Amino acid sequence: MYAARRFAVRHARFFERLYNRFEALMVALDPLFARLGYDRLERPVAFIERAIKGFLFDCKMCGQCVLSSTGMACPMNCPKNLRNGPCGGVREDGSCEVRPEMRCVWLEAWEGAARMPRGLERIAIVQPPVDRALAGSSSWLRVAREKAAERRRAMAPPEPTAVSPPERARSTLAKAFRRARRLAPSAAPLAAEPEAALADQAVEETTSVFESPTRQPPHQESGEGRGGENGGGEDRRAKHRGASAP
Amino acid sequence: MIAIQTPEPFDPIADGPLEPPPGHHSGSRLERVLRRGWFAVTAELNPPDSADPRDVLKAAEPLKDVADAINATDASGANCHMSSMGICSLLSRVGYGVVLQISCRDRNRIAIQGDVLGAAAMGVGSILCLTGDGVGVGDQPGAKPVFDFDSVSLLRTIRTMRDDGTFLSGRRLSSPPRVFLGAAENPCVPPLEWRAQRLAKKVRAGADFIQTNYVFDLARFRAFMARVRDLGLHEKVFILAGVGPLTSARAARWMRTNVPGVHIPDAVIARIEGARDQTEEGKRLAIELIQEMREIEGVAGVHVMAYRREHLVHEIVAESGILDERLNHAAETRVAPENLSS
Repeated sequence: MYAARRFAVRHARFFERLYNRFEALMVALDPLFARLGYDRLERPVAFIERAIKGFLFDCKMCGQCVLSSTGMACPMNCPKNLRNGPCGGVREDGSCEVRPEMRCVWLEAWEGAARMPRGLERIAIVQPPVDRALAGSSSWLRVAREKAAERRRAMAPPEPTAVSPPERARSTLAKAFRRARRLAPSAAPLAAEPEAALADQAVEETTSVFESPTRQPPHQESGEGRGGENGGGEDRRAKHRGASAP
Repeated sequence: MIAIQTPEPFDPIADGPLEPPPGHHSGSRLERVLRRGWFAVTAELNPPDSADPRDVLKAAEPLKDVADAINATDASGANCHMSSMGICSLLSRVGYGVVLQISCRDRNRIAIQGDVLGAAAMGVGSILCLTGDGVGVGDQPGAKPVFDFDSVSLLRTIRTMRDDGTFLSGRRLSSPPRVFLGAAENPCVPPLEWRAQRLAKKVRAGADFIQTNYVFDLARFRAFMARVRDLGLHEKVFILAGVGPLTSARAARWMRTNVPGVHIPDAVIARIEGARDQTEEGKRLAIELIQEMREIEGVAGVHVMAYRREHLVHEIVAESGILDERLNHAAETRVAPENLSS
């Protein structure tokens, strides 16, 4: 809702504080989520998240929420989906180049950021491109899992193991956008995606008439040169099966 | 007659990729000129609606003697023309310095990363990373807007390819693209108070040079440059200010309302309107702007955009006198050997 979304930006400071409390709670609940199964929680949590954030921010469920770094103005409302600031086409009255009836999302974002304690520092962070495979999935659960995993890694660094192509892709992206990753891990997630986030894709792929029944399972193919040709979906599922959630 | 480009024909197969000189990111002429501290000139080429390579050379002809690099636009204003890649490949073979423009509007990350390698292989030394105008303003408003990257994540991606030698997927490149990375900034449109911060973000993402949109409002541009200097950005990135000749007051009004990102103050339009020869006045205005911009600390060059007025670029650059320093230098170095022998 446009009015609610502008209200949220005007009260960015309040909403950020509210969210920080909520995030701490979500991270603390990680062991419980893990026991129940992140995969099983995915659908109901995403449903609630969509309803609440949809009303407040016109959230588009990109799955990698960066509201805290964009002054509580959702950048996915920008018709060009810009995650790093306004384009050069903002009109003289501050309205959007593509949709003149709307105020530029990034004018809102910068005003919101100026109201937040660390907003201007965070809006300056270079955000990675959106991972479109995460669209529709819950950002809240991703934050809980990523932050909890980070905490565990800090206490006991994992032993180095062979890196699969999707993992390598994530770590390259996270390295290229290091600051964004550190401050908002859900913007450049490292951990495996929940099965549910890929469920639709999985159904589509296995029922495809173009699917060759004799195709080799992914782990038997050589690592180099893969990942590009067949899309990441299959690799991800293979990896997910191998390394089950803690 | 002045001439700053000596075309060095380039054969991608015989010559291999352009090798950067020490301390340079690329083999681009533009980078060499800027790092030498010379006031650089780039010019925008009007891309032909044609499949004939001779049309590209004809379009480049009026720019070649006065531009260190020629920008080939990537469907600017969302209007379809010959691709920037095609134009740059042709021009680099002849030996012109070129700037490939990549807009995020039409291609996703798979296409763009592939194009970056293809461009570098074809002798492109500089790449300008742009967001792109919305599809609605162009000749194909029904097109799907892609916007997979934004200009900032695109910059960081190409920098990762160049400096870390990998795609964003982590796959290694056997030969990374040696390119000089550019971005755009529009100092004259809202949010005016945050434009310098946005520039800082582009510099952090990997921009080596900046080409601005049209500047017709010197007061706004000066305020912007003051903020840029406060942030120390003028020492981290080469800024080329955008200028162009207005042809008439009517055309200026049309541009202001119909071309995204163009801000023209009323006073400027009034000045053109009051002149007997409006085209001449538009040219004079461009020359004056260039001369004023040159005096602003932190401005490393100008980017001349003369849409369908390419024949004016030579006069504008020559009459502004911005190349005099370099032409004198060239004259001096020619004299030098004689001095040695005497």
